[in-house]
Amino acid sequence: MKKRMLFVCSCLAASMLFTGCGGSSAGENVELNVYNWGEYIDEDVIDLFEEETGIKVNYKTYDTNEDMYPIIANGAADWDVVCPSEYMIQKMLDNDLLLEINYDNVPNISNIDPDYMETVKGFDPDASHAVPYLWGTVGILYNDTMVKEPITSWDCLWDETYADNIVMMNNPRDVFAPALISCGYSLNSTDDAQLQEAAAKLTAQKPLVLKYTTDEVRDMMIGEKAAIGVIYSGEATICKEENEHLQYVVPEEGSNVWLDCWVIPTTCKNKENAEKWIDFLCRPEIALKNFEYIYYSTPNKATVDLIEDPEILSNEALFPGNEVLSRCETFHYLGEEAEEKYNELWKQVLSE
Amino acid sequence: MYKKSLSYPYLLWAAAFIIIPLLFIVYYGLTDRSGAFTLANLAAIATAEHSKALMLSLLLSLLSTVICLLLAYPLALILSNSRLGRSGFIIFLFVLPMWMNFLLRTLAWVVLLDTNGVIDSLFQALGLPRFKIINTPAAIVFGMVYDFLPFMILPIYNVISKIDINVINAARDLGANSFQTLYKVIFPLSLPGVISGITMVFVPSLTTFVISTLLGGGKILLIGNVIEQEFMKGTSWHVGSGLSLVLMLFIILSMVLSSKYDNGEGNVL
Repeated sequence: MKKRMLFVCSCLAASMLFTGCGGSSAGENVELNVYNWGEYIDEDVIDLFEEETGIKVNYKTYDTNEDMYPIIANGAADWDVVCPSEYMIQKMLDNDLLLEINYDNVPNISNIDPDYMETVKGFDPDASHAVPYLWGTVGILYNDTMVKEPITSWDCLWDETYADNIVMMNNPRDVFAPALISCGYSLNSTDDAQLQEAAAKLTAQKPLVLKYTTDEVRDMMIGEKAAIGVIYSGEATICKEENEHLQYVVPEEGSNVWLDCWVIPTTCKNKENAEKWIDFLCRPEIALKNFEYIYYSTPNKATVDLIEDPEILSNEALFPGNEVLSRCETFHYLGEEAEEKYNELWKQVLSE
Repeated sequence: MYKKSLSYPYLLWAAAFIIIPLLFIVYYGLTDRSGAFTLANLAAIATAEHSKALMLSLLLSLLSTVICLLLAYPLALILSNSRLGRSGFIIFLFVLPMWMNFLLRTLAWVVLLDTNGVIDSLFQALGLPRFKIINTPAAIVFGMVYDFLPFMILPIYNVISKIDINVINAARDLGANSFQTLYKVIFPLSLPGVISGITMVFVPSLTTFVISTLLGGGKILLIGNVIEQEFMKGTSWHVGSGLSLVLMLFIILSMVLSSKYDNGEGNVL
């Protein structure tokens, strides 16, 4: 009997230990849980923030918007600040998952180019939930020694001479975008017939594709494992630094332009700290540090003014001209029903 | 009572990490987004893409189980016949890779099997035809066999090495040749090991999604990948749970079948 008591006691102690852990991370003011894209910050910036504010940052990353969403929506973890893309922010707003940001605590937002705040209004009508972080385009990265002529069009993804040399992204929206565009439709299409047509096109393309992956495109292109890869603009610049034969192009038919913003989800335990974090990242010199590390286009006007290297400023992948942007389109959140449609069709393509 | 209390920690463990999660899966699997009871998630297996993925999973895991068995049985036989020291060393060699994380080992195979990877380059250097197996179902079967082979060898080896040598001697005495001894004495006696080996290879092969993602290049959809997508890509935990329940049926079925076989044959001697 004595032993039994001992066991019960130890169980109680253990359970208190567990609840104790949960309580401390929630109650104290000195921690901030940051959930960001992989390879999307200069980690020195985190150290600088910790040093200056004394707030301990718990930093974790995800690969796609779709990976991040269920974690937040199901409350699987208490993230204080997250960095989704525009269409995902719209989805989170629709599902009441975001808190309003108090801009009095984010004075550095004045550094953000007003044009981008206008863009924010496209998915957050009163622009009160999101602070632009980085933006970029989706395009084709190709190895100029492995293709017969410079790539200008999405059509190369269906060119049989590149069989087993094509790398595609691995989530429904990003995969369907090139197919929809090259059929002449909007990448926000929800029309059944158009989506079916795009799916048929993707099915036809499947034998030519080497791999569907979002996070390995970079390594595969640098390692010359493939001739053509669909990739985000910032990654393209890094690839080019590693391998001079890699060229980035936004296809002539148009493409996706995206804007990632910091938002505060309802799981946030300390909103002021989250706002401090956002404000910190809006500082011109901090944003510059990030820019030089990850090479995505920055919406921070004060930061662009700090860039002196003309070569960087004229880099089309980093600062695409209006001519390029005019043919690009952002993703919209299409609603649950359409989302299911995309997923369903994508599964059909994969199971062929 | 003393003995009973010893099992409490395990019961606590089982409740927290096996039974409660399982109940969650059942709950999610039998409800829709609004929380109402539905069988639609189970019926989701009938859609063309899901049933195709399930069939492919069954096919590939059966294939890898058969290959594992064909490789493991003779090896276990040889090992149990050889002197103790040496067989211990070979068993050690088979267990050794398991000290390393299985994800890393699978990733290593990606590098080895890749186009212009180690094996392909070697083939090219030797003037052999190109070695293109990566991102095909064959690569997935290869990965399954590699990852799960030890789980087939060990139980068979254990059972065979425990067979009484006098039983074999008696068979030889009574005029059975070595093939007859194997077929009529050793194999039936080793069946429990074979059965548990089959279960231990078949079940993880059927449910894997890591091997198919890494070695299949994201191009091949197994039922494990479908379930992973339903959970991880933010589509529907309900459908994912429903499909998991259907998959569990197949696993339970395979276990019932094998345990029946096991008992029947195990009681012969």
